[in-house]
Amino acid sequence: MAEKRGRTLAEKVWDQHTVRRGEGAEPDVLFIDLHLVHEVTSPQAFDGLRLAGRQVRRPDLTIATEDHNVPTVDIELPIADPVSKTQVDTLRKNCEEFGVRLHPMGDAEQGIVHVIGPQLGLTQPGTTVVCGDSHTSTHGAFGAMAFGIGTSEVEHVLATQTLPLRPFKTMAINVEGTLRPGVTSKDIILAVIAEIGTGGGQGYVLEYRGSAIESLSMEARMTICNMSIEAGARAGMIAPDETTFAYLEGRPHAPQGEQWDDAVAAWRELRTDDDAEFDAEVTIDADALTPFVTWGTNPGQGLPLGENVPDPEQLGDDSAKFAAEKALSYMDLEPGTPLREIAVDTVFLGSCTNGRIEDLRAAADVLRGKKVADSVRMLVVPGSMRVRTTAESEGLDKVFLDAGAEWRQAGCSMCLGMNPDQLEPGERSASTSNRNFEGRQGKGGRTHLVSPLVAAATAVRGTLSSPEDL
Amino acid sequence: MEPITEHTGIGVPLRRSNVDTDQIIPAVYLKRVSRTGFEDGLFAAWRGDEQFVLNIEPFDRGSVLVAGPDFGTGSSREHAVWALMNYGFRVVISSRFADIFRGNAGKQGLVAAECGQDDVELLWKILENDPGTEVTVDLTSKTVRAKDFSAPFEIDEYTRWRLTEGLDDIALTLRHSGDIAEFERNRPGHKPVTLPAAQSQ
Repeated sequence: MAEKRGRTLAEKVWDQHTVRRGEGAEPDVLFIDLHLVHEVTSPQAFDGLRLAGRQVRRPDLTIATEDHNVPTVDIELPIADPVSKTQVDTLRKNCEEFGVRLHPMGDAEQGIVHVIGPQLGLTQPGTTVVCGDSHTSTHGAFGAMAFGIGTSEVEHVLATQTLPLRPFKTMAINVEGTLRPGVTSKDIILAVIAEIGTGGGQGYVLEYRGSAIESLSMEARMTICNMSIEAGARAGMIAPDETTFAYLEGRPHAPQGEQWDDAVAAWRELRTDDDAEFDAEVTIDADALTPFVTWGTNPGQGLPLGENVPDPEQLGDDSAKFAAEKALSYMDLEPGTPLREIAVDTVFLGSCTNGRIEDLRAAADVLRGKKVADSVRMLVVPGSMRVRTTAESEGLDKVFLDAGAEWRQAGCSMCLGMNPDQLEPGERSASTSNRNFEGRQGKGGRTHLVSPLVAAATAVRGTLSSPEDL
Repeated sequence: MEPITEHTGIGVPLRRSNVDTDQIIPAVYLKRVSRTGFEDGLFAAWRGDEQFVLNIEPFDRGSVLVAGPDFGTGSSREHAVWALMNYGFRVVISSRFADIFRGNAGKQGLVAAECGQDDVELLWKILENDPGTEVTVDLTSKTVRAKDFSAPFEIDEYTRWRLTEGLDDIALTLRHSGDIAEFERNRPGHKPVTLPAAQSQ
């Protein structure tokens, strides 16, 4: 019999959801507590159910929203792009037919799938959460095991409420110390990805721990877990604590009364045991962090804002050199250029990474009484309609509009440019989103990933900047 | 899913690392509601370049893609797998695959064969020196062959079994319906539901 040792947070949540242990090479069957659905990755899954004559096993554990395709202006009009419209209409028909709750465009609870789950209180500690979207890792901020899946797996979850999976490996990301003013959780995660690389997390669940993580708000924690996938990880998790419980209490789907007490008691157990062992560990010094921006075409190609565009000749092995040369050519950047001198055409504030109310507040604080540079277009796209109405009740919309920014409706928008919000070829953006891949924000578009504070300061100065440059 | 035990086809060298899913198929091509017709979006941004490998005969007829490390990073879009298969690819060889892409490939019957980077480099040379060289991927012996070249590849054992048997994942899981129902009966009462109880099953 194997020696009994402590378990990590990830192992505890896995164990609590194992319907059946796999034998030999067979995977475990893992129960899924919450299945989030959107219009892009679900039509073929519902179609598969119909073909096989299957039902949605647990509509009461399933919720859908329209986010990837939806326009962020004129939402009272029909969607102009007929193909986008068909996809959204297909989701509506499928939800109607299979009895799935849907928050359509214009609904008060509509928004990006990873913003609405936590906002409604559906994302809870110790749950398993999946969605046909890689940024499902966001929900791990609550101590949930949350990961993106493909459409075949979406169909599998709809039909069985389970997934066949082999346990993930575990990696501790220790972030110790105190963040300096102007340094955010976005800077932490960009630094983590630059450290371990876009493939460094493959096969792992990352558990973010340490004093710097514990001091973060829930929304800041979500930003970190959101980008776990950009390090190649299956999921990212943070142990639930008082901050988590305070965020959840009173939300529409949070447990009530006695059930709340039961839940909190169970949630308090969700911590990595002292004698547990991770398969890998990485340590990041929070005191040393400064605002981080990307210069290349993958999220691992990032540096502190105070540095210069790197020289590919100085970079590690041939493959890193080759990748950097390709990236700099695509990004139209010269080695040695100070990052602060890079001029942008567009600033995008939004996405499941940084489209929550705290992100909007932070950016508004920088912009208040200032103007977006004449050369810059700034789009502010709230992550959900609820975020939008909250922001309006605080007067943030006025701050953005007075500064010359555009105040939009909720959706994924320019993070991936599936709706009309796209960069033109050759246009450069500072974006609070999660991917700087070639063409991600529009064919030929060039993306620098930044925090909301850097986004706002960049909008004012017209070049990559932090608030202290103003 | 059609069973697949061995595949032979023209190898296509794609000398790039970090081929993310936005490169495999950009978001604007994801709007179809079917599983077919995605071939036009495959590597859309690169196909405008006439030097791109798929614009060169005979690579345009290839079915075994040989790519650099970290293939399929980024989005969970299964459309990336559909686009490759709609185009005619049956196998992708790389020294490292992103997890979600690898999983999606296995569900659809696209073989994601993981080889050492040294072997990938050798394959690139063979395919570039003699365009049109056929590559054989044998799931029984877990080997890749091209001319005199032969190398082992890694694939998850369960996925290999499902691919060679052509088995539907959902049907396999539904054999355990009793276990799932039992698990559901024992779930804690404080777990969230998305619908009012009256609408729950």
